[in-house]
Amino acid sequence: MYRVVEIEEIKEEAKGIKTFRFYDYQNVEPGQFYMIWLPGVDEFPMSVSYVGDLKGVTVKKIGKGTEKMHGMKEGDKLWIRGPYGHGFKVEEGKALVVGGGSGMATLAPLIEKLNDYEVIIAARNKEELLFTERFKDAQIATDDGSLGYHGFATELAEIMLEENKYDVIYTCGPEPMMAKMVEIAKKREIKIQASLERFMKCGIGICDSCSINGYRVCVDGPVFSSPLLFDMDELGREKRKPSGLKVKI
Amino acid sequence: MLQVKVGTLNLRNPLILASGILDESGETMLRIAKNGAGGIVTKSIGMKEREGYENPVIYEFPEHMGLLNAIGLANPGIENYGDEIRIAKKGGVPIIGSIFGSNEDEFSYLAKKMEEYGADAIELNLSCPHAKGYGMEIGIDTELVERIVKNVKREVKIPVWAKLTPNTSNIVDIAKSAENADALVVINTVKGLAIDIDARMPVLSNIYGGYSGRCIKPIGVRAVYDIRREMDIPIVGVGGVENYRDVIEYMMAGANAVEIGTAIRYKGINVFGEIAENMERWMKENEFKDVEELVGIAQRR
Repeated sequence: MYRVVEIEEIKEEAKGIKTFRFYDYQNVEPGQFYMIWLPGVDEFPMSVSYVGDLKGVTVKKIGKGTEKMHGMKEGDKLWIRGPYGHGFKVEEGKALVVGGGSGMATLAPLIEKLNDYEVIIAARNKEELLFTERFKDAQIATDDGSLGYHGFATELAEIMLEENKYDVIYTCGPEPMMAKMVEIAKKREIKIQASLERFMKCGIGICDSCSINGYRVCVDGPVFSSPLLFDMDELGREKRKPSGLKVKI
Repeated sequence: MLQVKVGTLNLRNPLILASGILDESGETMLRIAKNGAGGIVTKSIGMKEREGYENPVIYEFPEHMGLLNAIGLANPGIENYGDEIRIAKKGGVPIIGSIFGSNEDEFSYLAKKMEEYGADAIELNLSCPHAKGYGMEIGIDTELVERIVKNVKREVKIPVWAKLTPNTSNIVDIAKSAENADALVVINTVKGLAIDIDARMPVLSNIYGGYSGRCIKPIGVRAVYDIRREMDIPIVGVGGVENYRDVIEYMMAGANAVEIGTAIRYKGINVFGEIAENMERWMKENEFKDVEELVGIAQRR
């Protein structure tokens, strides 16, 4: 069953990315997600970017559902179910948070719960950087060098890991980036948590659509931790189409 | 204590993962096997890759009242399914390959492929309530059911199970038309519909779906009871099994084993191990040594 919520506030965050705020009194942990239904259009999972009473989801325009949502106005309604899944676990010690593209949306409410941390916000170019205002101390990396470090988030992370000691890495972003971060964490023997993404249908752990190495992103994840992440050989390599057919990434 | 035979197929316990639930990928099936299932039925596989319906494909009723789904027979296609079976087989429990076709030739082809891949039995999906030209639309035609079962039986050496629909005026007639099968699996989901009154439209993109969960258990138990009263064929009971009492109820009605699906939503994948443990305890308390002693003991003639 869905709960109907009204959009209180809409903010344009970056190119093609908007935040939608709405009241929902369910307790939500950073890393958890809602299933959002736009009747007659589509239903899709969306992780939370704000976790107080005034919840938020930060949505990148990628398909017909998200495109429709981008055209919505304050006062329009969303049908939601959830929150679902396992979120991030706050670990002791100093954290390195690595967010690529819209992956920052998932990490943002986590960062606000951390005490000792550094953040890398990365994107292809400066127009696509997300939440640089919300996290003013963040290190910036862009693929095209239009702002901050010229290169991949993973390269900047390697430099920072070389210079400082971190106890845990949290990451969310494009899968090749997360796979590389997991590889780096494994090599350096640092704990890591990553929020994974797979094509999702039911959201409640029964349809097997979003499984990776036998683990359901919707229920066992979306946030997975080491050492399980170290053993996920499908990460960064293989995913499943809506039919269930396994294909190379 | 919990070992059962469904025809010639031996199971370490009577708790089988039902088709359509967590059984598309080999790795997931392997994980379910390690979590205590006695057997696993795969997602229904057809001739060609199929994406299934667009979201929403599932609707969850409040207060544990079950699920309505119309996934739409999403599957990678039989030619791409060999690896999944091979991986699932590492779990050491029987893998029952579920197949759906639109006629007897397709069913025969699919069954042969499943056998080649190493499946331990075939389950004929004659009962999916939400796919045009498949499942239930075929499964309520007694002559077609008879032909499909006979053809597939001729084609493969492994046991052939027929999964039947409750969405019919007389499930016993359909059961009799499938009497050449090695076992009958009853029931599939009950055809249903849910409307969101705020959206003023059906929730599922396919409009209709299959209703599952604890609320359909009496329908399943009744079907098992009625078929057992008239036939000696092995029966696998499905529909609303969530705990050990449900399994015992189905077996007392006449089932030789059960399939479990929707309960995973509420109990997680450990549901198999949990039920097995509770069944053993109940059997000891009630002085049963072999679970097969339960089969059909509630029948009143």
